[in-house]
Amino acid sequence: MPKNKKTKSIAFCPGCGHIIILQTLNRVLQKLQKADRAAIGLDIGCSLLAWDMLPISTFQTHHGRAVPTMVGFEKAREKSIAVAYTGDGGAYSIGLQSLLWAARRNNPILVIVVNNTIYGMTGGQTAPTSLRGQVTDTAPAGHDELPMLGPELVRELNGQAYIARTAANEPVILAEYLERAIKATEAGNFALVEVLSYCPTNWRMKGVESNNHLNKLKDTFKTGEIL
Amino acid sequence: MKNKREFLSGSDVVVRAVRDAGAVSMYGYPITPGTEILSKWIREAARDKRMKYLQTEDEIAAGFAVAGAVLAGEKSFTATAGPGTILMQDALSMAEGMRLPFVAIIVQRGGPSSGTVIYSQQEVVLATHGGNGEGMRIVYSPSSLTELYDMTRRAFNDAARYRFPALVLTDGYLVKTKQVISNFKKIKNIPAPKIVSRTGHVNLRNIFTVEEELNEEILRAQKDYVKMSKTIAKSESYLVADADTIIIAHGIVGRVARDAVDKLRARGLRVGLWRPLTLAPLDVRGFAKTRRAKNFVVAESSAGQLADLLKNRISNCPNFSTYFRPALGIETDEIVKFVMKKYAKK
Repeated sequence: MPKNKKTKSIAFCPGCGHIIILQTLNRVLQKLQKADRAAIGLDIGCSLLAWDMLPISTFQTHHGRAVPTMVGFEKAREKSIAVAYTGDGGAYSIGLQSLLWAARRNNPILVIVVNNTIYGMTGGQTAPTSLRGQVTDTAPAGHDELPMLGPELVRELNGQAYIARTAANEPVILAEYLERAIKATEAGNFALVEVLSYCPTNWRMKGVESNNHLNKLKDTFKTGEIL
Repeated sequence: MKNKREFLSGSDVVVRAVRDAGAVSMYGYPITPGTEILSKWIREAARDKRMKYLQTEDEIAAGFAVAGAVLAGEKSFTATAGPGTILMQDALSMAEGMRLPFVAIIVQRGGPSSGTVIYSQQEVVLATHGGNGEGMRIVYSPSSLTELYDMTRRAFNDAARYRFPALVLTDGYLVKTKQVISNFKKIKNIPAPKIVSRTGHVNLRNIFTVEEELNEEILRAQKDYVKMSKTIAKSESYLVADADTIIIAHGIVGRVARDAVDKLRARGLRVGLWRPLTLAPLDVRGFAKTRRAKNFVVAESSAGQLADLLKNRISNCPNFSTYFRPALGIETDEIVKFVMKKYAKK
C-alpha cells in the first residue's frame, strides 16, 4: 500500500475488535477507490479513538449523534460516502431515535454499529445489547433484560435498506458486507452493518476465551444479511 | 434600482436573510413561536429546488444535521425556541468545540419548562452561555425587522469568518410582527469554509486525552474571540452624552426603551438609552460612553439575565435599579412611569 494509504498508530486496547473493523473498512474503501469521497462521523465512546487512525476524513461528533451529523453531511455533499461509526450504546440507546428515523427516511448513509454488549470507554456498564444474566458494572447481580436486536428492528422500518450482521472474527465476510452496504448507499438507500466485536478489557477475558465468547454471541445475535 | 416596498413578517424576513446569505439548507423541528420559519422555508423550497430541508425527529438531530452540513462546507441553519433551545445546546457545544460556522435563530418563549409560547427574554443565558464550555458564541439581539434581517446576514458572515457559532436571539413578538419594509441592506457574503475537503483528508476531534491539550485549544479560541470582539461587538447609544439616567435594554424592549427616552426627555428628564446589539461579545467599550450618568436602569423581560451579563462583563459595573418583568412584555409607559417615580425631582 502507498504510504498515505496506511493506517496510523492505534489507540485501542490490545485485542479490541475496533481495529479489525476499521482496517477492513479502510481496505474496502481503498479497493473501491472511494476513500477520498468518504467521511466518517465518529460517535463518542471507544469509536472516538479512530479519529486519526485512517487515511480517510474523520470527525468526532457527540455521543449518539454520529447518525444525524452524517444525515446533514450527506445531504450537503452529494456523491459522498457518509459513514456513521458508533458503538451499540450510541446507536441503540442514546442515539436510537435518530437511528430509527434515518432508517425510516431511507437516508443514504452507512451506519456501522460495533456491538460488544457492553460500554467500553466508561468501563463496562450495561449496554442495550447486554445479554440476560450478563454481569456488568451497573448490573452486578446480572442484567435482567433481553438484548436489543438493532438490525432486525431497523428492517421492520425500511424494506429497501441494506442490513447485515457479522463479526470481527469474520473479516472476509465483513469486507463483503461493507462493500455491498457502500453500494447500497450509492444507490440511494440506508445501510446498517452491525459487527459483533471483542472487548477483552471489559469482558475480563484473554485471547482464546474472548474469541470463544464472541462466537457464542452469534447464538443470540444471528449473523448474515437480514432480509 | 427602484424602491421596493414589501409587506413582510419576521419569519419572512428571516427566510429572506438566510437565502440572501447563501444558505441552502435548514434542519428544524416544529416549536412555537419558531415553527413559521421552518414552514416558510419548506414552502419556498417547493419553488426553488436548490433549497434543502429536513423536519428532523427532534432539535438534537436538527442541530447535528446542521453541524454535518457545515462540516461538508454548506451554509446551513436551524431555528428553535424554549425547550428546543435546551436540546440545541448539544450541537452548539460541538460547534463551539470544533469552531463550526453554525447559525441558529432562537425565537424566545416563556420559561421555565414549556412556559408560554410567544415571548420572553429568558433565553439570554442559554444563548450566550448554554454549553459545557466558556460560552464562545456570537449572539445578536435585534429590536426591529430591519435589524432581524441585517443580524441574520451578519450571523452567517461572522460565523464563516471567525468560526464561532452565531445565534440571532429574537422572540415570537418580533417574528410574528408584520410591516412594510423597503429595500434591505446590501451585505457582501463571506463564503462557507470548506472544513472537510473533497480531496485528501482531515481528521478532526473534540475530545482530548491530556488536559493541557484542551487548555491550549481553549486559550487559542479565547484569543481569537477577544480579537474578534473588537470588530463585531456593537451597541446603540441614544442621547447618552448629557444623560443623568441611562436605560439599558436589549431586543424589542430596547426599542420600547428608546420611545421611553423620548417621552421622558419631553418631560424634562435627561435620560438616554444603551442597547447592546450583540449580547456576546458585549460591547464593553461602547458602554464606556454612558459612564458619566449617575443612574442606570436595566429593563428586561426576565428576572435579570441581561443584568447578570453586564455585571459579569463590565469592570466596575455601575449599580442599577431594575425593571424586571420575567416572561412579560414591557410597554413604553411602564418604563416612563418607573423612571419618573424613581428619578424625577419631587
